[in-house]
Amino acid sequence: MTVMQRLFAVAAIGATLAVSGCVSSGGSGAAPAADGTDWSTATSAEAGGGFDALVAAAQAEGTLNVIALPPDWANYGEMISTFEETYGITVESANPEGSSQDEINAVQQLGTQDRAPDVLDLGQSFANSNVDLFAPYQVQTWDSIPEGNKAADGAWVNDYGGFVSIGCNAGLVATCPQTFADLTKPEYAGQVALNGDPTSSASAFAGVWAAALAGGGSLDDITPGLTFFGQLADSGNLLLVDPTPATIESGQTPIVLDWDYLNLTQADKVAASFEWQVAVPSDGLFAQYYAQAINKNAPHPAAARLWQEFLYSDVGQNLWLAGKARPARLTAMTEAGTADAALVAVLPPVAGEPAFPTQEQTDAANAVVAQGWAAATS
Amino acid sequence: MTLLEAPAAPREAVRSERSWRAALGLVPFVAYLLVFLGGPLYFVVSGALSDPDGLPTLDNVIASVTQPQYRAAFTSSIVLSAGTALVGAVAGAFLAQAVLTSRPTRAGGEPVLRRIVSTASGVLAYFGGVPLAFAFIAALGQTGLATQFLRAAGVDLYASGFRIDSLTGLALTYVYFQIPLMVILITPALEGLLPQWREAAENLGASAWTYWRRIALPVLAPALGGAALVLFGNAFAAYATALALTSGSIPLLPTAIASALSGNVLAGAQNVGLALGLDMVLVIAVVMVGYVLLQRRASRWQAR
Repeated sequence: MTVMQRLFAVAAIGATLAVSGCVSSGGSGAAPAADGTDWSTATSAEAGGGFDALVAAAQAEGTLNVIALPPDWANYGEMISTFEETYGITVESANPEGSSQDEINAVQQLGTQDRAPDVLDLGQSFANSNVDLFAPYQVQTWDSIPEGNKAADGAWVNDYGGFVSIGCNAGLVATCPQTFADLTKPEYAGQVALNGDPTSSASAFAGVWAAALAGGGSLDDITPGLTFFGQLADSGNLLLVDPTPATIESGQTPIVLDWDYLNLTQADKVAASFEWQVAVPSDGLFAQYYAQAINKNAPHPAAARLWQEFLYSDVGQNLWLAGKARPARLTAMTEAGTADAALVAVLPPVAGEPAFPTQEQTDAANAVVAQGWAAATS
Repeated sequence: MTLLEAPAAPREAVRSERSWRAALGLVPFVAYLLVFLGGPLYFVVSGALSDPDGLPTLDNVIASVTQPQYRAAFTSSIVLSAGTALVGAVAGAFLAQAVLTSRPTRAGGEPVLRRIVSTASGVLAYFGGVPLAFAFIAALGQTGLATQFLRAAGVDLYASGFRIDSLTGLALTYVYFQIPLMVILITPALEGLLPQWREAAENLGASAWTYWRRIALPVLAPALGGAALVLFGNAFAAYATALALTSGSIPLLPTAIASALSGNVLAGAQNVGLALGLDMVLVIAVVMVGYVLLQRRASRWQAR
């Protein structure tokens, strides 16, 4: 009977989660390398015997497990293939469309198994609230990462970020909106889509926060964002369609609020058929970084650390830049002249400096949106 | 001949031996129940009643019924399930009755219409999930075929306020699998209405309306109610269709659970997700008890 089957499905999810709570996340399963270095506890390349030793140990492991890295997100596809070619290490990519919570679940459920993810790319609040699952590590370029973008001991480090932006199909929309205020105009009736449901999608959540900043709110007050989308829903401007490349191509979602790097990647994809304009709204400037961390039970501890070194090297940072995302070391690299100027020039202009919310502000805003979103927009 | 007689084994011993063996046959089923129902249920209950550190607490359960977003999810889940169960039950019952009373196309043969409808119902009742959502988006979405056809004919669905990703659109989609399921569920009960009852009523001067009001509907009532409860549970637990159609923008219990268990925004909300799961289990348990009670009443008339 379908009812029972669906019930089982819900129950089974619960069961896996509960089991994960019982699995002890004990010591590392990885044995020290042949030369005696235990990379699972090394907090820097020097501490483990130098970068060359790290490369050798990683190549001996031969594999890196990554999770929740979509190939078309911030250039992760090229990032992975470049790493594989450079070091001759196979990257096993699990659950590319997974969420931050899925990553944490995988770390907890798989424990010390060799299928467990070695490295994680998490939303900031998931990094903050799971520090005890990570192995602190400082990459060689540690000093050029801004202070606010890393945990003091290197348990997590911001990797790349972007701004909330407005993507717009210039073939369907006569005048593309440039600001949140523009979005309320009657000419955009039935055209504005938010990337998902803000109670589960981080980019949609950021869109609500950006709208709050545009509507008189602050990092302490996200309520005007709910009011804004409530008005969009009332006026019929808001589409409750989850925008995907398919809905954008078919014209179902002519205006999409999303991270600028995703909107810009979209622009390249559809360039042949129409122009997908991307604007970072000046009235609701909101940026956010993702956080990178190493699983403390990483089955391939050296490869996990080599991956971090690769990500924060000039090569890795420029690969994110090629994915239209802003890497954590962008300022330092621009000063040193190692950032690819042609790639920087492609980024949409941003007026002003973004402010970043603290964890307390994020938690408070999460609660407000989770409780109020449905009521505001339905 | 005494040698051929069975040793004087007490009958009782044989019987208990037999029942012991019969019970052995149940072992796989009981094991199955324990592993696939008991285990998950235990983990849902224990997870719902503990905090992220594993200490016992009632906070999750309280949060799952008091926080406004979960109450909104409860309300729309129940409105959607009850609404589509009612529409599905009424429409399905009429359809089933119409098909049952259709004339055979050839003498003595099973009516072709009946065969077609019962086969189609069997297929359509289980056509759900993402394919169904896609079918409705392709037909009635903003750029859907039916939408464009109607627009060309001068009827603009979307200008008049219809949206496939609204609660109405979702209800329309659910009704698509609710009606055929009702046909499957109610046909045996309708077949149980003996023609003699109608003949007797007519002989005593009853009109068709009187027959339905005084005889058929009272007899059918428990079966109709039971079937409607199954439809309710069917819609209540539906997840993939709703998620694919509305991407979680309509608050429903299954999508609220998904946000809590596997999202990018709410960190550390898994136990609340499990508490929501527990709430759903309780609602379905109530529905199932109601169904069993109604079935017991319904069987009074079907025991012939």
